[in-house]
Amino acid sequence: MTAAVAGTGNWSITRLAQALEKKELSSEELTGAALDSIDTWEPALHAYLSQMREHALDSARASDRARLADEKVSLLSGIPIALKDVLCLENQPVTAGSRLLEGFTSPYTATAVARLKAAGMVFVGKTNCDEFAMGSSTENSGYGPTGNPWDPACSPGGSSGGSAATVAARSVPCSLGTDTGGSIRQPASLCGVVGFKPTYGRVSRYGLIAFASSLDQIGPFTRRVEDAALLYREMAGADPMDSTTLSDPVEDPVPQLSAGVAGLRLGVPREYMGSALSPGVRAAVEAAIALYQEQGAIIEEVSLPSTDLGLSTYYVIAPAECSSNLARFDGVRYGNRLPSELAPLTEMYLETRRKGFGPEVKRRIMLGTYVLSHGYYDAYYRKAQQVRSLIANEFSTVFSKVDALIAPTSPSVAFPLGAKSDALSMYMCDVLTVPVNLAGLPGISIPCGFEDGLPVGLQVIGPRLADAMVLRVAHAYEEASGWKDEAPKLPHTLTTGEAL
Amino acid sequence: MASQVTAGPAVEDGGAPGISAKYEAVIGLEVHAQLLTESKMFCGCRADYAQMPPNTNVCPVCMGLPGALPVMNRKAVEYTILTALALNCTIPEESKFDRKNYFYPDLPKGYQISQYDMPLSLNGHLSFELEGRRVRAGITRVHLEEDTGTLQHAGSVLHTAASSAIDYNRCGVPLMEIVGEPDLRSAEEAREYLVRLRQILTYLGVNDGNLETGSMRCDANVSLRPPGDSQLGVKVEIKNMNSFRAVHRAIQYEIARQAGLLDMGEKPLQETRGWVETESRTVSQRTKEYAADYRYFPEPDLPPLQISRQLVEEITSQMPELPEQKAARLVTQFGLSSYEAGVLTATRASADTFEAVVAGGLPPQAASRWLLGDVAKLETEHRTRLAESGLGVAGLVRLGNLVEKGSINGTTAKALLEELFLSGGDLDDLVQSRGLSMVSDAAELRRMAEEVIAANPKSVADFQGGKEAALQSLVGGVMKLTRGRADARAVTQLLRELLSAE
Repeated sequence: MTAAVAGTGNWSITRLAQALEKKELSSEELTGAALDSIDTWEPALHAYLSQMREHALDSARASDRARLADEKVSLLSGIPIALKDVLCLENQPVTAGSRLLEGFTSPYTATAVARLKAAGMVFVGKTNCDEFAMGSSTENSGYGPTGNPWDPACSPGGSSGGSAATVAARSVPCSLGTDTGGSIRQPASLCGVVGFKPTYGRVSRYGLIAFASSLDQIGPFTRRVEDAALLYREMAGADPMDSTTLSDPVEDPVPQLSAGVAGLRLGVPREYMGSALSPGVRAAVEAAIALYQEQGAIIEEVSLPSTDLGLSTYYVIAPAECSSNLARFDGVRYGNRLPSELAPLTEMYLETRRKGFGPEVKRRIMLGTYVLSHGYYDAYYRKAQQVRSLIANEFSTVFSKVDALIAPTSPSVAFPLGAKSDALSMYMCDVLTVPVNLAGLPGISIPCGFEDGLPVGLQVIGPRLADAMVLRVAHAYEEASGWKDEAPKLPHTLTTGEAL
Repeated sequence: MASQVTAGPAVEDGGAPGISAKYEAVIGLEVHAQLLTESKMFCGCRADYAQMPPNTNVCPVCMGLPGALPVMNRKAVEYTILTALALNCTIPEESKFDRKNYFYPDLPKGYQISQYDMPLSLNGHLSFELEGRRVRAGITRVHLEEDTGTLQHAGSVLHTAASSAIDYNRCGVPLMEIVGEPDLRSAEEAREYLVRLRQILTYLGVNDGNLETGSMRCDANVSLRPPGDSQLGVKVEIKNMNSFRAVHRAIQYEIARQAGLLDMGEKPLQETRGWVETESRTVSQRTKEYAADYRYFPEPDLPPLQISRQLVEEITSQMPELPEQKAARLVTQFGLSSYEAGVLTATRASADTFEAVVAGGLPPQAASRWLLGDVAKLETEHRTRLAESGLGVAGLVRLGNLVEKGSINGTTAKALLEELFLSGGDLDDLVQSRGLSMVSDAAELRRMAEEVIAANPKSVADFQGGKEAALQSLVGGVMKLTRGRADARAVTQLLRELLSAE
């Protein structure tokens, strides 16, 4: 590692960009250090499904050349970033964590990724995740789980566990994840990093391998709220390739990040502070609430009575959509076709999907197929859509009284890999994040303390399209608290020299 | 014996006698029509995939690659609304797309984007004259969906084929489905309904009306019941009819087949049957036990559609004159017979040609006579439309008018018509250089007549002696002198006058 790069692991994107701009640091050095750090951590974490060393270094050198030639470059140019392996990048493998897509290479690039590429960002690799983003621990990955940098025996959360872990390990300053029911915020919470899910429709889903189309949203993992704002700003906005993107102008969140919370009304939903919270989480969140109060925020207890219906509603709608979204993985056009010898059509379908999909994916396909079946649609799918509207309406009512909501992200901190063996206890991980997806709202998780040495996350939720407000409220806490400088130590078994 | 019944009825002779008395046929047609848009329904690939090498007209969206999303083609929505309005449908203010889920190799996403409970249009009708009766057939709905790819089997059907090749070029082409009410009562009515429907679609320019290539496809639901019964019988769906004739024959066959079963006290199965042209019969394809559960649900990748009344008004204002209205106008405006008007308006192109010829200055009756007669014959024979022929619309107007003015006679005109149609050329030059114009100068004609009289004293004497036939040889003589460029009747008249004056 060159002297210039040493110690930059905790730097914000803004600070890294300044160093690049002043030529104190090259993107090639920065990217090389990121790749080295990934290699160092990988035996403990398994955060990546594929790495793109040469591709990354080429991009980094191109960025350096542009800066040396005094071309006008984006602030983000030359900054390394990792991509959750559900996002397509032209001519690069994309597996969605599934064995079924092993060896598949996408011929095109996702819109959100293309926007970051246009800004000159450097893609270092594709990160591990639960298969087709279905899970809360990365244990459903077809390629083995990812470890948590704070304790590699623990889960980093999921489904975007690899993206959260690599940012927490300070290998890369940022990564992209996707959030369908909490898959950005929950791993951010468990890994002690910032994870932002924008308003549904703010970031194009084109090129994101769909889990549940009406819930999926792409968002950044960073170590600073400001960095999340920078990435969000670059990716957000209408996309002619995604009809569900919103045409409303994108409000730049950066100028108002430091506006503080004095005079803002922040609601604490009673239902989110229930008995299911672990003591350490409750204590950390209560301390955060107190800190907000110190900053001049007006704290109000509010109620979202249908919160407890969120999970069951989610587990009707998301499987219904996924049962249809995953029908295309039939072995006909791409992915692993089984059996490998010539077989009748039905056998090909059955074998490909039986062996290609893992148990959780099959469970959800079956659930979704069932709830959409003739005679059950009204009882399940239609009813779930009605409850979804109810949940969204309750949020709207609350947001007529408060500017944002603050709550825990996850009821507990990171759990040991293998600890949650039954599906329901795993589903409970998302109880506090799922309602936000059902209502299409922006939400963020930021570090707010520790319980037994493992990070606790604070969730900030805003009204639809109030992404800038969510980032501002989160930023105020980050500034007032000291958590952003807390970093995990490289496990002793891997310590070979100086940690970043 | 059932086998006799299924193989029995002769299709060509109009079906078994007595069926109409014992049973009433109830027929509804479902018609799929590919829309003539530039691009596919949900991506930028071309909608016109004909002649393209397999799998060259595809992209991540229509191939259903991981991560790809559909984007709606507005033009396809407008074409569907235009068609629905022409079929007297109402256009709801809200519509949406749904997913129809099923596995098949020609369906890359594992679902077809279609419309389930909120189609673009509802409750229309198509009415037409048939054998002096007015038939009014309800239209349940006209909705929009996407076409599938095409399969080529090394073997007869997918499930037993040694292998199959798939071409996705057609995948995602906008496909309009026109669902008809079971209001048709005979194979003739069904065929006529389809003829009229195709006529409307091609008039609107939304579809090319080709059943052979499958850009327009027709399935028929056929059941029988006792006349006057309001209950519907067991419905059989017939597929694989690739021409109007096939539709007519397949329905006739199916009516006779079901009647045969009912006669023997058997009930037809609810099933899908395919028309086998070479065997002139329908064969069972699948029965209801295998009916798929399509698990329709709203397409989450496409927001619901709001169809503004302003858009509906705009589309209404672009509605062209429809064939039936146009035919009625030709009758009242130009005094054509309804038969002539019907044939001239069979296609929008032929109606447009007629109107162009009349607008060019040829009297309507003459225009109709030419177009339905000699021009139609040449067009069919040489597979060339008048407008694209050497003659052109303007040429026909000039040629027709030369005949009207008596400048050339009919025989000359027909010869010129064919020559110009095939090879082109300047009409006036040809008439001039070949001296084809009629000898219409009265003095010239009289001089020739007197020359013939002087040269044929015997014929003159015979005629004057009462032999009427002798006049014909004198007429022939004059026609010979004019090289056929005189009106024989006028010459006869002239000779009579000259000879009686003598």
